[in-house]
Amino acid sequence: MSKKKVLYYLNQFFGQIGGEDQAHIPPQIKEEAVGPGTAIVGQIADAAELVATFICGDNYFNENRDAVVKELEAAYEKYQPDLVIAGPAFNAGRYGVACAGVAKFFNEKGVPVVSGMYEENPGLEEARAAAYVVSTGDSAGTMRKAIPPMVKLCQKLLKGETPKPLEDDYFAQGKRLTILVEKDGSERAMEMLLKRLKGEEFTTELPMPVFDVVEPAAAIADLSKATIALVTSGGIVPQGNPDHIQSASAQMWGKYDVSELKELKGTYCTIHGGYDPVYANEWADRVAPLDELKKLEAAGKIGSVYKYFYTTTGTGTSVANSEKFGREIGAELKEAGVDGVILTST
Amino acid sequence: MVKEIERYGLPIVHMATITTISKSVGANRIVPTVAIPYPVGNPALAEKEEPVREELVERAITALGTEVTEPTIFKAEEI
Repeated sequence: MSKKKVLYYLNQFFGQIGGEDQAHIPPQIKEEAVGPGTAIVGQIADAAELVATFICGDNYFNENRDAVVKELEAAYEKYQPDLVIAGPAFNAGRYGVACAGVAKFFNEKGVPVVSGMYEENPGLEEARAAAYVVSTGDSAGTMRKAIPPMVKLCQKLLKGETPKPLEDDYFAQGKRLTILVEKDGSERAMEMLLKRLKGEEFTTELPMPVFDVVEPAAAIADLSKATIALVTSGGIVPQGNPDHIQSASAQMWGKYDVSELKELKGTYCTIHGGYDPVYANEWADRVAPLDELKKLEAAGKIGSVYKYFYTTTGTGTSVANSEKFGREIGAELKEAGVDGVILTST
Repeated sequence: MVKEIERYGLPIVHMATITTISKSVGANRIVPTVAIPYPVGNPALAEKEEPVREELVERAITALGTEVTEPTIFKAEEI
C-alpha cells in the first residue's frame, strides 16, 4: 500500500526562518520536514510521508490572506495531501489564527487537519470546527507534551478511524455523529435524572454552550461634545517604562497623563514583545494615535481627548487578566464621565 | 478588554488588523487597520502616511457615533 501524503504548516519561527523580524515573509515551501514536523512525521513514517512543509510569516498570513490562499491552492494542487498538520501554535495568537486559516482551507477540500493550541488561543474558535485541535500548554516549552496526542490523532486519521474528542484529547468540533449504544434515550435520561436527584455525579450528553455577548453600547449622539479615551494593548509606554509593565503575559496596565502632549512620538515607545518594535519606537502614535485625536479635538470634531491614556501588553496575556484590566479601566473611564473609547491592538 | 469596557455601557471601537480576533473577543465596532506592527500608520507611504492615519482615526470616531446592533466592521468608504 502506498504511503499517505502529509503537508505540514509552520510559521516563520517554527519553520526556522527567524523570529519577529521575519514575521513579514511570504509563503515558501520546503520539500522536507522542518522543526516540529520532523518529530511528528518521524513517528507516523510507517503510514505516511511528508511531501511539503509550507512556511509563512505570521504577519504576512494575517495581512495578506487572499494571497496566502492562492499559495495554499497551488500547494494543494501540486501535492494533493491526504493529511495536513498545522502547528502546534500554543498560545501564539497570530500563529493560531494562521493555523485556523489553513485548517479552514483544507477542510473545505475534504482533507483532514490536525493542529494543537492552548485553550485561550484566539485562533481556536475558528480552528476547532475545521480541524482536530489538540489541547496544548501555553508555550513552546510544552512541545514534548503536545506531540504525542497529535501523533495519535494522525495515526487514527491515516487508518481512516474516527477520532473522539474525549478519548483523543482534542477540542470538540461541535459535530454530532451517529453511534450505536445499548440503552435508548429514555433509559439514559431516567438514569441521569435519578443520579441528579440523589446528588450523584453525572455526565450530560449535550453540554450547553456558554454565550457571553455584550450588547453594543449606544452611539455617541454629539461627537463634538464627547470625551474620548485612548486605550491600547500595544505596549506603548513612556520611555524607560517607569511602571515596569511586562513585555508579554502582562500582569498590569498603566495610565499616563497625556493632557499636555500633542503626540506620543518622541517620549513614548513600545515594550510589547510580540511584534517588530521599530515602527512604533520611531513613532508611537502609529500604534496609539494620540496625535490624530488631538487634531480632531482642535478641529472641534470631538469634544476632548481624555486626560489619561491607558496601556498594557496584549501578547500572551491571559483572558482572565485581560478581562480584569478591562473591568478596572472601564470602571475608571465610566467614573470619569468618558463618552467613548478607542482601543488599538497590534 | 474591549468587551469588559463596553459592559459599562461605554461605546468602544476596536482598531485592529486581525479582525477575526477582534470579532472573537466580542468587539461590536471594529475598524480594520494597516498592519500588526503599525496598525495606525504605514511607514512605507512616507509623506502619504498622514492622510491614511487621519482617515483611520476619523473612521473610528464615526463608528462611535454610529448605532450598531451586532459586531460591525467599518470599512473604508469606496473612493
